[in-house]
Amino acid sequence: MTTTLQPPANPAASAPDGPPARTPRRVGFGSKLSAWDLKLSPYLYISPFFILFIVTGLFPILYTGVISFMDWDQIRGSGTFVGFDQYAYVLSQPAFWDALRNTFSIFVLSTVPQLIFAVFIAAMLDQNIRAKTLWRMGVLVPYVMAPVAVALIFSNMFGDQYGIVNTLLGRIGLPGVGWHSDTFASHIAIATMVNFRWTGYNTLILLAAMQAVPREYYEAATVDGAGKVRQFFSITLPSLKPTLIFVVITSTIGGLQIFDEPRMFDQGGTGGSNNQWLTISLYLYKLGWGEWNFGRAAALAWILFLIILVIGAVNLFISRSLVRDEGARDGLTRAQRRAASRAAKQRLAAESTGKGARS
Amino acid sequence: MKSRALRRVALAASVASTSALVLAGCSGGGGAAAGSSDEEITLTVATFNDFGYTDELLNAYTAEHPNVKIVHNRAAKSNDARANYFQKLGKTGLADIEAIEVDWLPEVMKYSDLLAPVPDDLKDRWLDWKSKAATDSSGNLIGYGTDIGPEAICYRADLFEAAGLPSDPAEVAAALQGDWSKYFEMGDTYVAATGKPFFDSASSVYQGMINQVEAAYEDPDTGEITATTNPEVKKIYTQTLDASKTQSAHFEQWSTDWYAGMANGAFATLSCPGWMLTQIEGNAPEVSGWKIADVFPNGGGNWGGSYLTVPANGPHVAEAQALADWLTSPEQQVKFFEQAGTFPSQVDALKSPELLGAKNAYFGDAAIGEIFTNRANAVSVTPFKGQYYFQVNDAMSKALLRVDQNTQDAQTSWDQWVSQVDAIG
Repeated sequence: MTTTLQPPANPAASAPDGPPARTPRRVGFGSKLSAWDLKLSPYLYISPFFILFIVTGLFPILYTGVISFMDWDQIRGSGTFVGFDQYAYVLSQPAFWDALRNTFSIFVLSTVPQLIFAVFIAAMLDQNIRAKTLWRMGVLVPYVMAPVAVALIFSNMFGDQYGIVNTLLGRIGLPGVGWHSDTFASHIAIATMVNFRWTGYNTLILLAAMQAVPREYYEAATVDGAGKVRQFFSITLPSLKPTLIFVVITSTIGGLQIFDEPRMFDQGGTGGSNNQWLTISLYLYKLGWGEWNFGRAAALAWILFLIILVIGAVNLFISRSLVRDEGARDGLTRAQRRAASRAAKQRLAAESTGKGARS
Repeated sequence: MKSRALRRVALAASVASTSALVLAGCSGGGGAAAGSSDEEITLTVATFNDFGYTDELLNAYTAEHPNVKIVHNRAAKSNDARANYFQKLGKTGLADIEAIEVDWLPEVMKYSDLLAPVPDDLKDRWLDWKSKAATDSSGNLIGYGTDIGPEAICYRADLFEAAGLPSDPAEVAAALQGDWSKYFEMGDTYVAATGKPFFDSASSVYQGMINQVEAAYEDPDTGEITATTNPEVKKIYTQTLDASKTQSAHFEQWSTDWYAGMANGAFATLSCPGWMLTQIEGNAPEVSGWKIADVFPNGGGNWGGSYLTVPANGPHVAEAQALADWLTSPEQQVKFFEQAGTFPSQVDALKSPELLGAKNAYFGDAAIGEIFTNRANAVSVTPFKGQYYFQVNDAMSKALLRVDQNTQDAQTSWDQWVSQVDAIG
């Protein structure tokens, strides 16, 4: 726009006779700005996330790393360097290994039934039922409830002597379960809270994926005479694979960081008399905010980070192979596919050498 | 378009910054010089649970000091207050007056230099064991004592009667006069007669007994942990668990079951500091049998209680000290007792006729003012609690619970506790 206000830079260029000489056009400040705008603006627009991340994410992570090598006094903000002592301390504590065991146990007990239920409920909601929206909103209600409220209600239900569950068990002549003394029982109780809260959430995600499956598949299957069950296992489930992988990964991360439910399972929130339901996050909290030993807590935080990395890598490996399998609809095994590609390469090589010889 | 959007952003920014300024003003960080008395200032007071600091009672102070505005922040649980306190101590962000609980006092004492000491002329107001616990090695008292938890024995008169035991408070007090073996003997009689548990849990009885030991877990001179080798600890541990086998209801303290047990008659006695009365009344409103006996085995004992502290780096230390002084003065303590049942720790407050005349209808018109004053005066031992006290004691209550819940036998549980204590430090 600004360039039009300037006199022509080279009058000869506007002469009607002869080809115009191509002199470099003077670049005005405005167009320079718009060039920068083009180059820099995208970075500027995405920068809030990274600035925020550096301040609230990266800095604390690195700071935690520094503290984990120190005997840190949180209140005076000073510490002495002790090398890997804090890591050695955490790894040598029986409580850590109890916490690791409990975390995985609760994770498995909550993720597996939760996903099975979620797929089942989603499949039901995918049917042509009355008041669809009501039912769909309904499954999300537990998720909206505050986790602390859920935990309070459930810890009342799972009382050792006056809890509803044990009272009902007594009615049908079974002995009461020591929900707060038996390790496995406490895991089931906590997993129940997790399942209650998250099943609906996963159901909605899976339902969305189910609705994306083309209806023609089902119509064709019906025409071919396949029943509802067969349709579910042969059409719905395979189409859900990518979504299921997403749901599994998010529940894995959530499961490894589980904190609210075990924290609220009893009044003290320290994981039971014999660490029956102490999870890694709970142990981390106990070290940091119970004993005010932030060096040890920081070391544990890094150990937890490494554990999540390892599990994440395993997840990635599994999900990759699942997705590849899905892509291979031709029914070949991996070895067959590899052999086929090797043969193709050889054929190509042979052709090109043949060409070279001819010319 | 562009300019309009910009204007909107600018407007939002200016609103945000003004409100930030207003907020900063409210938090009392005006940065004005402390000490001048006519200046308008805001003092923040942070407490937890219920200290009885109602707006009405606090307004009485504002009436005397028109330039002072008091903002009272109340945390629901002392654990929340504890996390907040240690995160901000020595930095900024604490209230001008912060309440602390006696349980975390050992950790606070480690940082006594970060708190403004109580002026010398006030030091004698409190019961000596109350102020001794908050005095550091250089002689500075860092906490203004608020309430205390002198222990008596609460019991179910109706259940005692059914078991053929004396049920009148005076008779029960007379029968329990002596040491803990008297208490356990009575428990045996009760269990033999009814077949039902006598007390709530091993750890509450242990708590009462260990609070009567001068230096249970740590050496007062060196700070070294002596818990695992102290013969007294082992003796109390064994004694408690022996009795617990038949007499305990095997509850975990503070669990929902434990509260339900108060109403269901699951146990007949409970160690009760003054603040336990509201817990019993609140959780067993239908039960009429709860009574208080003016007695505690082996003399007196204290369970719980709080202090007010003034962080030394606050903007209005002098004014905060004046307010803390007022909040813990005898007259106010009596008012807070009437409001929330927090039992006064002031020598003069314990002589006040309002306090001594206080009765409690739920506990059969028990003269609670008189009873707990007697119990407070009976406390003779100030147990030493060093910086690891909380951790050692927490591990111990879990060790007792493991045996109470039948997860482990007494020896295994003791060994596990020893290895846990060895890892502390």
